[in-house]
Amino acid sequence: MNFSFLYDAVKDDKQNKQNNLLDRRTFVKVSTIAGVGMTVGVMPRITDASASLEHGFGHFIRVANDNTVTVIIKHLDKGQGVTTGLTAIVAEELDADWQQMRWEFAPHDPTRYNNLHWGPYQGTGGSSSIANSWMQLRQAGAAAKYLFIQAAAQKWNVDASEITINKGLVSHASGKTGNFSEFIELAAAIAPPQEPTLKKPSQFRLLGTDQIPRIDSPEKTTGAANYTLDVDLPGIKSAVMVHPPVFGGKVKSVDAKAAMRIDGVRKIFSTARGVAIVADSYWLANQARSALKVRWDNSKAETRSSEKLWQDFKSLAKKDAPALRDDGNAEATLKLASQTVELDFEFPYLAHASMEPLNCVAKVNDKRCDIWTASQTPGIDEAVASKLTGLAAENIFIHTQLAGGSFGRRAVPDADFVSDAILIAKELPNIPIKLQWSREDDMKGGRYRPMSYHKMKAAINSNGDIIAWHHRIVSQSLLRGTPFEGLIKGPIDAAITEGAASLPYTIPNFRVDGHEAQVGVPVLWWRSVGHTHNAYATEVFFDELAHKLDKDPIELRLRLLKGQNRYSNVLKLAKEKSNWGSTLPDNKAQGVALHKSFNTYVAQVADVTLNADKSFTVDKVTCTVDCGFAVTPDIVKAQMEGGIAQGLGAILNEKITLKDGKVEQNNFYDYFPLRINQMPDIEVHIVNSDEAPTGVGEPGLPPIGPAVANALRKFRNKPIDELPIGNKV
Amino acid sequence: MISFTLNGKKVDFKGDPNMPLLWYVRDEQKLTGSKFGCGVAMCGACTMHLNGTPIRACSTPISVVKDGQVTTIEGLQSKAAAAVQKAWQKLDVVQCGYCQSGQIMSATALLEQNPKPNDQEINQAMQGNLCRCATYHRVRQAIHSAATHLAKEV
Repeated sequence: MNFSFLYDAVKDDKQNKQNNLLDRRTFVKVSTIAGVGMTVGVMPRITDASASLEHGFGHFIRVANDNTVTVIIKHLDKGQGVTTGLTAIVAEELDADWQQMRWEFAPHDPTRYNNLHWGPYQGTGGSSSIANSWMQLRQAGAAAKYLFIQAAAQKWNVDASEITINKGLVSHASGKTGNFSEFIELAAAIAPPQEPTLKKPSQFRLLGTDQIPRIDSPEKTTGAANYTLDVDLPGIKSAVMVHPPVFGGKVKSVDAKAAMRIDGVRKIFSTARGVAIVADSYWLANQARSALKVRWDNSKAETRSSEKLWQDFKSLAKKDAPALRDDGNAEATLKLASQTVELDFEFPYLAHASMEPLNCVAKVNDKRCDIWTASQTPGIDEAVASKLTGLAAENIFIHTQLAGGSFGRRAVPDADFVSDAILIAKELPNIPIKLQWSREDDMKGGRYRPMSYHKMKAAINSNGDIIAWHHRIVSQSLLRGTPFEGLIKGPIDAAITEGAASLPYTIPNFRVDGHEAQVGVPVLWWRSVGHTHNAYATEVFFDELAHKLDKDPIELRLRLLKGQNRYSNVLKLAKEKSNWGSTLPDNKAQGVALHKSFNTYVAQVADVTLNADKSFTVDKVTCTVDCGFAVTPDIVKAQMEGGIAQGLGAILNEKITLKDGKVEQNNFYDYFPLRINQMPDIEVHIVNSDEAPTGVGEPGLPPIGPAVANALRKFRNKPIDELPIGNKV
Repeated sequence: MISFTLNGKKVDFKGDPNMPLLWYVRDEQKLTGSKFGCGVAMCGACTMHLNGTPIRACSTPISVVKDGQVTTIEGLQSKAAAAVQKAWQKLDVVQCGYCQSGQIMSATALLEQNPKPNDQEINQAMQGNLCRCATYHRVRQAIHSAATHLAKEV
């Protein structure tokens, strides 16, 4: 299975190829569902036994007899708003009325619902949902529109060219009108167009406007939205899994006598992942946990503390490292240069800490395994479930739920929390088991944004040029040691250097290299992956060079962005919108950062105030973004706001640390995401563009750290080289 | 036995008086709009009202609400609540939505007590409600918008 899709670094070319591929492979079919209505998709018939991946683009649109139009959503919605965006794409091309639009999650079926950026796999990540679905769903919507026009022409015995559709109403010049539902049977019998005519962007009535309310706002503001936590099934039991206190630990022995005496506690047993407790409720399962005595075998566990890890990372950084980009001769230039600048950075582990602690419902018997959860990678869950239960993949059924956040955490190479549920459920056949991690389980459960150490060195000359740049990174691989290790193509995992190796500034001698540190703490992609640390290191270091050269940081960037118009444009717009360069009082400052991730260009300017006690406030962030055509502009803005605020929380106060291998943080009293009192005002400006849409879930995050740090530089005699910053400068 | 009013309906509870209110409401009353986020009153996803005041139901033993009036997101009825929910929808505050019942409960209680809060008062009242999607910018805007709407209604 290919996991490189979750990285940015290896994706760009593939995306373009697959967008072209889609045009050639488009295959539109229609089928009727007795008593329900009709489905339209760019796909084979659902009942067609010959359905194969070659033509498989899934069923995407269902038009029902009640005149509702349901879009089948092949991606997980974890807050990024993809249920709205994908539904809007179909509504636009079909010219449906927004009020008649509905959505539902697709089943796991990669023959029809694969992510076109990922090849034959279904899933959500790498800010790819809108980008990969864009042409696919436009074609599905346009094909459906064609069918309704043809059907109406038949029914009314008029020329199809005289029929229009507006807000779901099919009309003929004579005054005849009808709804989609009146034409379902006729439409389903018509041969679908193999190359449906798409609208020109100038014909869009919905896309690109602010007339698209989030389709999930009503249910999410009344308590009606259902998440995995809310799954209820007849006979359901609650379960918790007591994990080892250090990574790599195993159960040695369990004393469950006292725990089993608690009324309502049903079963306690050891598994490969810890000690399982099954009870009538989560509350009871947790009481049993408090009464449980477990001895652990930690002989093969990671037992280093954070201080030791930093020492080891720094030692590694002194060794020669393989390059992922090497232009000119950076090392030789640096040796001979008369003026060099050096800076090292230390960034900690970060927890995803989604609001919904990880959970999964599973029901297993000897025929099938049903899984109710929110997963970015259902294919992994299916494979792991198949292995753990011995059932064939076709007997694993995944029922996707809304996710209470994820930020990458619900895409796990070993399907950790899903495994917990299945390991328990298979011991209690036919009983639905709701496995719920506590906040502490979630905080201590690993899969963090890896810690990283950066050594940076640059040479500047008397003309004010940056003539050499060397960036060495030590961090953990996300794939090494997983079943997907073979996908690492370069000398080291590209997630370590992504966003650093692609630095856009023209510097003649430029080298990025790195080491994979071997640590037993499991790590994972965290909102924007390698960009989270590399944008900070590169953009803070760049500002330090501007500082040494006594140049305006925006002017210096613009000078070195040769032929990089999309970068330059967002930066110029940020300069204009933020009133950059205006005279500020001594206790106020502005900082800038620019970064591209997932093919989306973002510039941010942070306005900060220094308070008398050396604490500081981030007052305002001006954000400019070029994400190609903005399908749902208000959601683009919301994703920028969320990315900025999540990234701000991370640089201010978030860190996961280890003491003898044990995670020191427990809950939100010692791990500190941003709260509302720290929330700056945010202004987002979207660059007008007709380029194909690119992702927005992640790209808002990387620039905020360096923008704030570059602003705070005014109040310090050196840059901020260690995160989190804390509350004072 | 512990009796109290839940969303206007009298309920009787006979189990462990130490059980947090959240689990009774979710597991036994099947009202699942209030969420579990931390279990230690640090995130606010479980926020309910006890006699009009926001409480963290994950850490409130059910014995505490004896004879009280408990309101959950499902039972919100006040003018302030309607204005808050409407503002939340108009500004599309939600992202993943998991914390939003709690946000709305806290915002409603704030507006019921202080019909025109300033930013600082909003920060004060909403600080206990974490949102990992970090929708705070719109939370603040939506509270101001609801306050404006309520002022017009009177």
